[in-house]
Amino acid sequence: MSVFSLRHIEKSFGGNAILKGVSLEAEAGEFIALVGPSGCGKSTLLRIVAGLDHADAGEIRIGNREVSQLRAADRDIAMVFQSYALYPHLTAGQNIAVPLAMRKLSGAQRLPFIGGILPGQRQICSDIQRQVHAMAVSLKIDHLLDRKPGQMSGGQRQRVALARAMVRNPSVFLMDEPLSNLDANLRVHARGEIVELHRRAGVPTLYVTHDQSEALSMADRVAVMIGGNLLQLATPQTIYDDPSHIEVARFVGQPRINLLPGQRDAQGLVEFGGLRLSASPDTVGTGVTLGVRPEFVSIRAEGEGALAARVERLEFLGSEVIVFAKLAGIGETMLAKVTPAQARGLVAGQMIGLELDPSRVMLFAENGHRLPVEPLTAQLRETVHG
Amino acid sequence: MADAVLSHTLSPVETAGRREARTAWLLASPAILLMILFIVLPTVAVIVLGFTDFELGYGTFRFVGLENYHELMSDRTFRKSLWNTTVYTSIVTPVSIALGLGIALLIESEPRGRSFFRTVYFLPVASLLVAMATVWQYLFHPSIGPLNTFLALFGIPGPNWLGASSTVLYGLSIIGIWQSVGFNMVLFLAGLTAIPRELYSAAEIDGAKSSLDRFRLVTWPMLGPTTLFVTTISVINSVKVFETVKTLTEGGPNKASEMLLFTIYQEGFVYLKVGYASAMTVVFLAILVVLMALQYWFLDRKVHYT
Repeated sequence: MSVFSLRHIEKSFGGNAILKGVSLEAEAGEFIALVGPSGCGKSTLLRIVAGLDHADAGEIRIGNREVSQLRAADRDIAMVFQSYALYPHLTAGQNIAVPLAMRKLSGAQRLPFIGGILPGQRQICSDIQRQVHAMAVSLKIDHLLDRKPGQMSGGQRQRVALARAMVRNPSVFLMDEPLSNLDANLRVHARGEIVELHRRAGVPTLYVTHDQSEALSMADRVAVMIGGNLLQLATPQTIYDDPSHIEVARFVGQPRINLLPGQRDAQGLVEFGGLRLSASPDTVGTGVTLGVRPEFVSIRAEGEGALAARVERLEFLGSEVIVFAKLAGIGETMLAKVTPAQARGLVAGQMIGLELDPSRVMLFAENGHRLPVEPLTAQLRETVHG
Repeated sequence: MADAVLSHTLSPVETAGRREARTAWLLASPAILLMILFIVLPTVAVIVLGFTDFELGYGTFRFVGLENYHELMSDRTFRKSLWNTTVYTSIVTPVSIALGLGIALLIESEPRGRSFFRTVYFLPVASLLVAMATVWQYLFHPSIGPLNTFLALFGIPGPNWLGASSTVLYGLSIIGIWQSVGFNMVLFLAGLTAIPRELYSAAEIDGAKSSLDRFRLVTWPMLGPTTLFVTTISVINSVKVFETVKTLTEGGPNKASEMLLFTIYQEGFVYLKVGYASAMTVVFLAILVVLMALQYWFLDRKVHYT
């Protein structure tokens, strides 16, 4: 059952299309990461879902309600902002209480002095205090409740912002790069915490980030947005192993995927680097791009392997080594991810051979879409020379 | 023995420290000198003159102790002007702050014509009050003035604004408000642009549906430092009212618009009783200082600084 869905959301600013018909559906309790380079429209989409911006077209459903005409306050959502957006003049406790007070107390009951003497106010206030305290205890910030945001560290502020969002049990949780203001160590730690909180609360979450490793490590499903289009929505594994579009392949993965130009003949056959691949011939254009992730490129001695290359430099990352090698034929730089043992003895300037894993080579058409591919032959032992 | 030598001569660190202190004093001395010359000395001179019977034109003066202050207490004109200034300030300050904030909020919420309205409302601040006083005299004119003509449309007989002792203070207050609203507005506009937009987004999501809710949750507390500053400046400016009194009413009719600064001016520059005027000035300064101290003492604890 989908608890939250977007259909054909479109938005443009001054004739500039920011969102070009984005559709998305979330299941109950799902954590969806919306990832893409800056300017791809992911934050705009989140603001539209929140009700802070309005879409030009499309519909937003939360539960079984169409909410695109509703105010942010009526959508039953909660949001964590990149800057946390805590009210600086209120203590942590008061900050967390705001969403409750705004909904449970009337305008008069919230007035200073006068509010206190109105009937029912005291009862509601003590209820709110109890909820705030329970929330603070579960996030381990109960000792901070009397502090103002200015007296807290970035990590503490982030927890208060989370508490303020979670205290009301919303039906959808929106997060706009909530970890990007934390330092690197804290960020990795906070990832785990947010995932754990999400698992406990079970509220569907839309999490915007530009950091692909955050998206892949936290989300149940990842939505990759590029240039106002949602290109792929799938599990992290599928996004990585089976990207549907060249932009997705290019954006996801660290170090980046190797992309090489190739040609397709009339029968749909592509030959490259000793590989013969069969792609369906019914798509337009003869130019194709081969993609292969660095971990599926292996290193051979000079003269062996399908592709001759010269080592440009090595990046030692502890458990692995990234080898940057320039192909002798076409001058493209290929990346190979190997173990330190396999990289032993390699030096810059040295000639080596490279071999691609035929079952892991992807083909992309000229319009960027993925082509179904079938390796016809295993590695042909021949070297390509320009 | 080495220790004994060291304890008598300065270590390099100490010498460097002293040299630095000397340079600091040297660099600060022009400012200190100017401040003593133009702020401290005149203030001290006024305080000293307040204890004398000095009159401009006489070569000598003698110290009379607290006689001037004693005389002030029973001076009906001074007491009247003190009361008038209080009334004027307690009308002009709150109204011009409220209007300034209101206009700033309106201008901020509408991007179109923002700079036009900003300029229009700021014009009175930039205009010369003495010159504009003529315009106000016309506006307030009991028979040909547009204000009374307008009131007559609704059958209300307009008062003789600046000519009757019952209305003259309100007439001057209207001019005072007209002049200071633009200044307050500009300060509030600056304060408003410094409020992070995300706070309003957060407020909206947290359930602050009406603009009044968002004002109470975000705008008003975030404007705290600005409001404190605007209040201070407004109080000082309204206590200092002079041009309109001098040009339009001369304190009249029947001392109904006597204001502190005008009374000081009269005593000091018309009757040339410098000693007596100095005593008034000291009282005037003391009132301002006490007001500012109270304001900061009360408000500063409630204001949040980011």
